[in-house]
Amino acid sequence: MFRFPRVLQRESSCRFFAKAARNAIALGLIFVTFQSATFAQEKFSGIGRTATSAEIKAWDIDVRPDFKGLPVGAGSVDKGQQIWESKCESCHGTFGESNEVFTPMVGGITQADIASGQVATLKRTDFPQRTTLMKLSQLSTLWDYINRAMPWNAPKSLTTDEVYAVTAYILNLGEIVPADFVLSDKNIRDVQAKLPNRNGMVKFSGLWDVDASADVKNTACMKNCFPATATEPQITSSMPDFALNQHGNLADQNRLIGGVRGMNTGGAAESSSNKLGNLASNQIAKNSAQNKDAAALESAELAKKYSCTSCHALNSKLVGPSYVDISRKYKGDGAAVAKLMAKIRNGGSGVWGLLPMPPHATVNDADLQALVQWSLSAGQ
Amino acid sequence: MAEELPTRDGSNDVSTGDHSQPAKPGRLLRAPEGFLSPAQIADVAAGRRDFLRNAFVSATGAATVLANMPARAASASDALSAQAAGDPNILELPEHSRGLGQGVATRGYGVPSVWERNLQRRESPGLTRVAAAGVSFTPLQGLFGIITPSGLHFERHHQGWWDIDPSKHRFMINGLVKNPKVYTMDDLMRLPSVSRMHFIECGANTGMEWGNVAVPTVQYSHGMMSCAEFTGVPLSVLLDDCGFDSINGKFILAEGADGSGMARTISMARALDDGMVAYAMNGEMLRPENGYPLRLVVPGVQGVSWVKWLRRIEVGDMPYATKDETLHYVDLMPDGTHRQYTSIQECKSVITSPSGGQKLIDKGFFNITGLAWSGRGKIRRVDVSTDGGKNWRTAKLETPILSKCWTRFNIGWNWDGSLTILQSRAIDETGYVQPTLNQLRAVRGRRSIYHNNAIQSWRVAETGEVANVQVS
Ligand code: HEC
Ligand code: HEC
Repeated sequence: MFRFPRVLQRESSCRFFAKAARNAIALGLIFVTFQSATFAQEKFSGIGRTATSAEIKAWDIDVRPDFKGLPVGAGSVDKGQQIWESKCESCHGTFGESNEVFTPMVGGITQADIASGQVATLKRTDFPQRTTLMKLSQLSTLWDYINRAMPWNAPKSLTTDEVYAVTAYILNLGEIVPADFVLSDKNIRDVQAKLPNRNGMVKFSGLWDVDASADVKNTACMKNCFPATATEPQITSSMPDFALNQHGNLADQNRLIGGVRGMNTGGAAESSSNKLGNLASNQIAKNSAQNKDAAALESAELAKKYSCTSCHALNSKLVGPSYVDISRKYKGDGAAVAKLMAKIRNGGSGVWGLLPMPPHATVNDADLQALVQWSLSAGQ
Repeated sequence: MAEELPTRDGSNDVSTGDHSQPAKPGRLLRAPEGFLSPAQIADVAAGRRDFLRNAFVSATGAATVLANMPARAASASDALSAQAAGDPNILELPEHSRGLGQGVATRGYGVPSVWERNLQRRESPGLTRVAAAGVSFTPLQGLFGIITPSGLHFERHHQGWWDIDPSKHRFMINGLVKNPKVYTMDDLMRLPSVSRMHFIECGANTGMEWGNVAVPTVQYSHGMMSCAEFTGVPLSVLLDDCGFDSINGKFILAEGADGSGMARTISMARALDDGMVAYAMNGEMLRPENGYPLRLVVPGVQGVSWVKWLRRIEVGDMPYATKDETLHYVDLMPDGTHRQYTSIQECKSVITSPSGGQKLIDKGFFNITGLAWSGRGKIRRVDVSTDGGKNWRTAKLETPILSKCWTRFNIGWNWDGSLTILQSRAIDETGYVQPTLNQLRAVRGRRSIYHNNAIQSWRVAETGEVANVQVS
């Protein structure tokens, strides 16, 4: 091992420290200037990058109440009707009145509302539904939403002019614009000035600012809190017995141990415990029935994933036929699987009625086959 | 509650003083009605020991079964000797004490016990028409503490959920900023992170109850709500990084990457205070149903603003009047106007057990437990009434007590078997006291749908059955 001679060693270490101190000061200064320079420009070096104008254009699609962001374009009520009938009607009804998939869009407004800017039916407690046009206070809302989200199963597929057209059509259904109207970025403000509920919104800071004060006040009484006239609490509303099992058997929705159980509101409560017992004992040795259930469950998941559920239900007709009806129709038909796979992939109408099923080009073959087989076994 | 095992002659059975009665083996629990069918009860009474043994295996405990039959009716000799000797769950060693269990990593990602399968996210029939624009509710009736297991976190989608490839997900900030930027998930996960526990409550939670009692259990009345630990980057850090305009930038628009392009206006004050761009929940990445790989967290503000699959934030100088702040999430007032841009979830609480649709298994002691939360800060106090609101006792708050987070409360109660009504009432650190439903209705009417934070009433019948009721 190499050693410095003693004296030399001491000297060198002294020099070393002196030099190090000088360097430290120098380095420190440099360090400080370096730091402040980067902080001013870029605190997180190498994180993120500037968005390109094409990227911003692709994503910045929102249209504000002052119509900032609204692209140039135009569309007629007539054109809108064509789009509506091919792309919207199946879910929203011919006149936007359908209650099947979502609440009705049109209805409940009058010419008097168009004059006043506040929809009178909103005051009525007996009016069954609040339609879109009853609530709509900003026309930008309708344009922006259709542009970003509709049709529901193919959002962002409409062209700018198509969005103008179908918006014009909805406004015409509400008799806000005439049948020969062409809605455009030039005249959209004029239509805004006719919206039946344009004056119907109020701002309430109590539920917007975290520091604002509330509109409802209670006090924390601890003893004998009823007024002198009342001794008992009066029950003003409770579940009717017949409605108790509308949410299924509550016994199956609660834990099986502890201080409480779920109430048995239908079917055998015992089944829940036994079902679980069977499941527990079969955990490892899977029995075939369970596997079949699992397969069915998976297909149900698929149907949800591909939004088949937006138009088909097990037992009831929605936009399309129920799975049970489909399975009955094709019972014993050996060619059904291939036929239906092609039908779902390409879409089409005429077998069950006039409404078309849209094409499903993106579903892969394995999933499609599972879905068809599942549909065909639904009736069993 | 440990009860001494009886001596062979039942001499410690002091409750009746009747030494001729069979003694209680261990703790006897009354089972809910309908646990056994009449035919099965007859079987037991007729001494069908095999049935009894099966029941021991599949039911929650022998005591439940034994307790379900009147002691005298079960006087068949087999049943009697079983009782006299003790609890078969003790006397007959179960399989798991006599065999070999399963190995590590049998499940690469563990799942709850099969016995817990009753606790599921569930839909409320008829609430929404299609599942891809629907709601599933968290089973609050079975939760403990203040963290919602990720798989039970409530869901609300407007155009279905996706499992997005995180390597392709991009997040953009534009609008009133010096430098509009794009971030990858790599970028976001390199930034300084924070982890915070917060509740998320849908603005429409308890909305079905504005008019009348509409749903049977706390899952459906209050389960559009969960609470979790979120990890991500503070929004203030990201807005700073883009050089946002702090003078004119009074609002942000948050926008999702899903088909609905969910879009919501958030005040700059909320965004800068404790807003967060989160990628993780409860120690793992977000679940797809909750916005994987990125969602907005806006503590104290209604869930719809916590935009999932977050792709963009725009800084602006006015609110955006998007579909879900003009056509929905607006509160209808009695005069026919709508309150627009209502966001804060006010102080609220609910007893989660005993709660609607449950049945107390016996008289005696119970722990009343529930949750309290406020969009304005911490919970200061929770009072509980066991007589329909006439008298109140202050419950014990479990720690931690965090801002804009669930707080768990507990309070003991000896139920004497009589008809009564349970309520809880929370007070937050601003001093605001959770209101009654009628106080809310007096100001906001009955058709507002959103922001119902009323005191909840649960009626306990003499049978032990608990029901959702409204009182005046
Ligand atoms: C597959 C069914 C389906 C189709 C097709 C469809 N929609 Fe929709 N639409 C829905 C659903 C479901 C909603 C509610 C979404 C939600 O809950 O956020 C909706 C909501 C809307 C709304 C908002 C209404 C409100 O009051 O909130 C408008 C406007 C709308 N759709 C317009 C259209 C137009 C225009 C088309 C055709 C270009 C179309 N829709 C096609 C299912 C559909
Ligand atoms: C926008 C609504 C819509 C969606 C989404 C939809 N369908 Fe359909 N479906 C229909 C309609 C309408 C019909 C009836 C077509 C006809 O009459 O020929 C139909 C028919 C069918 C049939 C019977 C076809 C025949 O010729 O008898 C099957 C099977 C089917 N759908 C399965 C599916 C599956 C699987 C999915 C999801 C991948 C799906 N559908 C998604 C509307 C829809």
